[in-house]
Amino acid sequence: MAIRERLSGNEAMAVAMRQINPDVVAAFPITPSTEIPQYFSQFVANGEVDTEFVAVESEHSAMSACIGAAAAGGRAMTATSANGLALMWEMLYIAASSRLPITMACVNRALSGPINIHNDHSDSMGARDSGWIQLYSENNQEAYDNFIQALRIGEHDDIMLPVMVCQDGFITSHAVENIELLEDDKVKSFIGEYEPDHYMLNSKEPIGVGPLDLPAYYFEHKRQQAEAMKNSKKIILEVAREFEKLTGRKYDLFEEYKLNDAEIALVIINSTAGTAKTVVDKLRANGVKAGLLKIRVFRPFPAEEIANALKHIKALAVMDKAESFSAVGGPLFAEIKSTLYGTADGIKIVNYIYGLGGRDVKADDIETVYSQLSDISKTGNIGETYRYIGVRQ
Amino acid sequence: MANLVEIRWHGRGGQGTKTAALLLADAAFNTGKYIQGFPEYGPERMGAPITAYNRISDERILIHSNIYEPDYVVVVDETLLTSIDVTAGLKENGAIIINTEKTPEQVKKYLKGYNGKVCTVNARKISEDALGKYFPNTPMLGAVVRVSGIMKEDEFMEDAKSSFQHKFATKPEVIEGNMKAIERAMQEVQGL
Repeated sequence: MAIRERLSGNEAMAVAMRQINPDVVAAFPITPSTEIPQYFSQFVANGEVDTEFVAVESEHSAMSACIGAAAAGGRAMTATSANGLALMWEMLYIAASSRLPITMACVNRALSGPINIHNDHSDSMGARDSGWIQLYSENNQEAYDNFIQALRIGEHDDIMLPVMVCQDGFITSHAVENIELLEDDKVKSFIGEYEPDHYMLNSKEPIGVGPLDLPAYYFEHKRQQAEAMKNSKKIILEVAREFEKLTGRKYDLFEEYKLNDAEIALVIINSTAGTAKTVVDKLRANGVKAGLLKIRVFRPFPAEEIANALKHIKALAVMDKAESFSAVGGPLFAEIKSTLYGTADGIKIVNYIYGLGGRDVKADDIETVYSQLSDISKTGNIGETYRYIGVRQ
Repeated sequence: MANLVEIRWHGRGGQGTKTAALLLADAAFNTGKYIQGFPEYGPERMGAPITAYNRISDERILIHSNIYEPDYVVVVDETLLTSIDVTAGLKENGAIIINTEKTPEQVKKYLKGYNGKVCTVNARKISEDALGKYFPNTPMLGAVVRVSGIMKEDEFMEDAKSSFQHKFATKPEVIEGNMKAIERAMQEVQGL
């Protein structure tokens, strides 16, 4: 029996951490992720976990402590947002290249500047090339479910990569909503014991982690890292199927919402997908063939599968909650366009930058996007591809 | 969406407006509903205007935006009536519930021609009588349950009591006062 609860997205991730009972959690507080280590440190103080909680003095140290703990053979976790993630930057790459399956709760917040505490995806989008697997979550339930699945993905023998589980700061991190939790013992048996093949505290097999890697082998190691990322797609699906057996909740590389027979569609990430679903329902009731594709796995990028799911769409809007200052569109737009190039060339694609710095995204905004897609679909005329919604001109 | 009720709360930092929204979400959750309770974060300081929201439904709630066309608006601090457009988007078949010693007729002039139901309750007096201090949020919670009818009043009372027992585990002396405040607000709210 699942446990019916109501929790904020941050509480949900903290509860997942408690149920996982990792060896080490190292974190430094930053809004809006602060509550995660805050709740977790209460679990530590209450003796509900036997985790070593390291109250570090910066996010750089948080990630460094996680790297040390993971290299030693432990399960290590952290939580952060925005500038905290930015301060971890060099260590993110070291965690990934050292093949350490660290799990991170990334509560998406606009990266300064100008300084802003609210939600967009500029933090994790900036980290997309760091070698971390990235899972995105529409609501508290998905944040919880993704966090539990993240361990099994990252720790898989064929993968051994860190995983970042993202959710929208404030919008879901601070919103209390219904959630179904697993019992503690079910989480424990789902994640199992972590037994790495090689680890520093193994006195029978002394190893070094993170040594100098000159031209003789660096390239091969990066190639192996890329192979691990490629392999992870299959494992992500395997873990999702097992999770579905346990919970009845189905996860994939992405979610298709009324996409099968859709003529116009959005590609979107995190909480606004929920808002967009309500708009799809409304449009469908009026006979408009609208649908959406919600990205769950952004790294690795499920290009083939996405191309296949979108190939019948007439007009498509790619929704980016981050600028990339490429001057041609946001990061998701670049991925989707390159995905569809040569595989589904007939689709008219436009990009919308939306919701930066916590600008509230209304159902009306999404309706405007669909209505513009309808126009494009009817006239065949794309016009400007690099667009904005919800910004003052 | 069938049976979706949307509530917008206006208060000032320190008055427990966010807590009231979360308590309402809790109570509705306990009657089997799907709920959302969330604040709109701005500059977090005592006295600054803050907004909090509730969605309550029989079905899973997908939307994740602020509420622009609420069924009910709760004004926890009446000084906001002149500085914030509290009735913005408020449905005419809904209601606004204001913490004031004035009557509904007396506050109507601040409501920009709002034609729906206007309810008032003197949460200050109730709170000061029941708790000896000014915490307007719990009486306002009682008033909103009464006016909106989103749950049975006795179920709500039962649930509020257990929430308070949990929330005020370290200061049980305030539980009775808060319960009394809710009960009185339910009885004394005007304009029904």
